[in-house]
Amino acid sequence: MTTTLCTDEQVFGRSAGLTEARMHYCPGCTHGLIHRLVAETLEELDVLDRTVGVCPVGCAVFAYDYFNIDMIQASHGRAPAVATGAKRAVPDAVVFTYQGDGDLASIGMAEIVHAAARGEKITVVFINNSLYGMTGGQMAPTTLVGQATTTSPLGRDPGLAGYPIRVSELLATLDGAVYITRQAVGSPKAVQATKRALRTAFQVQLDGKGFSLVEILSSCPTWWGQSPREALTWTETGMAAQYPLGVVKDTTGSGTE
Amino acid sequence: MTTQTRKLMKGNEALCHAAIDAGCLCFFGYPITPQNQVPEYLSALMPKHGRVFVQAESEVAAINMVYGAAATGVRAMTSSSSPGISLKQEGISYIAGAELPCVIINVQRGGPGLGNIAPAQSDYFQATRGGGHGDYRTLVLAPASVQEMYDLTRDAFDLADKYRNPVMVMADAILGQMMEPIAITRPPLPLPEPHAWGTRGTRKGCRTLVNSLYIMPSELEAVNQRMQEKYARMGREDTRWEETATEGADVVLVAYGSAARVCRTTMDILAAEGVKVGLFRPITLYPYPSDALRRVGEQTKLLFTVELSAGQMVEDVRLALEGRCPIGFYGRMGGVVPTPEEVADAVRAKLAGV
Ligand SMILES: Cc1ncc(C[n+]2csc(CCOP(=O)(O)OP(=O)(O)O)c2C)c(N)n1
Ligand code: SF4
Repeated sequence: MTTTLCTDEQVFGRSAGLTEARMHYCPGCTHGLIHRLVAETLEELDVLDRTVGVCPVGCAVFAYDYFNIDMIQASHGRAPAVATGAKRAVPDAVVFTYQGDGDLASIGMAEIVHAAARGEKITVVFINNSLYGMTGGQMAPTTLVGQATTTSPLGRDPGLAGYPIRVSELLATLDGAVYITRQAVGSPKAVQATKRALRTAFQVQLDGKGFSLVEILSSCPTWWGQSPREALTWTETGMAAQYPLGVVKDTTGSGTE
Repeated sequence: MTTQTRKLMKGNEALCHAAIDAGCLCFFGYPITPQNQVPEYLSALMPKHGRVFVQAESEVAAINMVYGAAATGVRAMTSSSSPGISLKQEGISYIAGAELPCVIINVQRGGPGLGNIAPAQSDYFQATRGGGHGDYRTLVLAPASVQEMYDLTRDAFDLADKYRNPVMVMADAILGQMMEPIAITRPPLPLPEPHAWGTRGTRKGCRTLVNSLYIMPSELEAVNQRMQEKYARMGREDTRWEETATEGADVVLVAYGSAARVCRTTMDILAAEGVKVGLFRPITLYPYPSDALRRVGEQTKLLFTVELSAGQMVEDVRLALEGRCPIGFYGRMGGVVPTPEEVADAVRAKLAGV
């Protein structure tokens, strides 16, 4: 018996939700991987042609070149307000923001809290890498106690700089927030879980249920001073110790993960 | 025969009707005196007309909501007063940089700082020089009556679309709060079709980006050059002003908005004394009617600028005249509105020395 193996059969490829553009992220940075997960999710939900993405000021500023969809580039921290404007103007659109932790949890804290409180029917992809990547690794509100950054060179001292903010838990207190989860992408298992979480979050929006947010612990080997492999591990060890993984809030009533 | 109806209303209310009649789909605002009637009226009017009203968490959020809505190709507006307009400046710069249309209302109050809630014109520099960062301009319209609060707000939406640029309506506490009869002669527009370039989802494989980031300096310079051409076109095609008795006048008062209203009575006082006095009223503060003002200035003995500020517009008067004519100035600050007699005194004093 003979078996014909078709070697030209494509078994894996770039999501239609991504452009051909070459990403600028540092080696070992998980921004790019998360872009892929978001793009695949939108493709699988078959909503690429009615999605509007809002990208931040931060390392992901060029996300408008990477997502193969309509995109708006927002000023630092204001993506949830921009998304509110777009979603209210076009309620049928699927609107999401993609924001870093400096963007969302520092300068943009008011906008994210109020978008969640209003129950805006938007989805937020929140990249927590515990510092400001783009501007050179400065301390963020999410920086761990003791973590050295370029503006906390001796390690974050709570006496001087306070304590890290757990954004997901904070937002979960708001009635307008329907689905909030914290995930990581440091291992294949975590990547799969993040993908499922993104799908749930976008489904919440498609069902018109309210505000959804997926916080993702993301690597920044460049400013953590770690190798890519060490950085991936750190997201699920050091970071996850401060930021426990899993669903923080789910009032969808569908018993999602 | 026109079937126009005359209605008595506040300036702040008139501009709300203008927004509805202009087909504004989205309003985002935040309370601040003396513009509170705007979000109050619109919180009822917009839903009644099937439109969007959101009370934002701040002026910063409101202008960014405008940015998001305008990006989708619909008509959007926000309103505020001086301190709130200061907060919006980064957002206005982004909207100008991304070349989106929108309307911004400033019902000015006294400053600096928290200032007070009385009428002022001390945000002129901020409105006409950019306010936020970068080489951008907003087209600025200055109403001087409740009728113009309606008319110019309606025009603001058309001008914003024409130039894909933010348009600011510069009112003040007097114009916002006072009641006057107005005639609405233009029929209301139905909601316009969203612009084809809006971020509403991809069409036939084409996607839209709304962005003001250009990493390459040469690219950003080219964008700026195109924008400068746009501003020059505004000057050629949409500069507006009003002249009253400027022909053969010995002194021409130059004032906009509420200050121009005071000046009308000053004109009566001076005319009764035999002074040949005219009034030049800029209606667009940017583009400034420099050419028209220069023609007037070249034929008069004195241009006399009156403002509710320390002297901001007077700089544009000087730039327009380039020394061709003596220029006087009288300004009051902090929300003080001069009486027509006080202005007349200042004009007489200056005339005596010319
Ligand atoms: C109003 C304003 N303030 C500051 C900056 C500078 N800035 C650019 S990116 C950034 C930090 C972004 O960090 P984060 O949101 O954590 O994203 P990351 O780069 O780590 O992905 C800052 C402060 C800016 N562009 N605008
Ligand atoms: S600086 Fe950090 S967050 Fe930014 S691209 Fe590099 S690794 Fe990623």
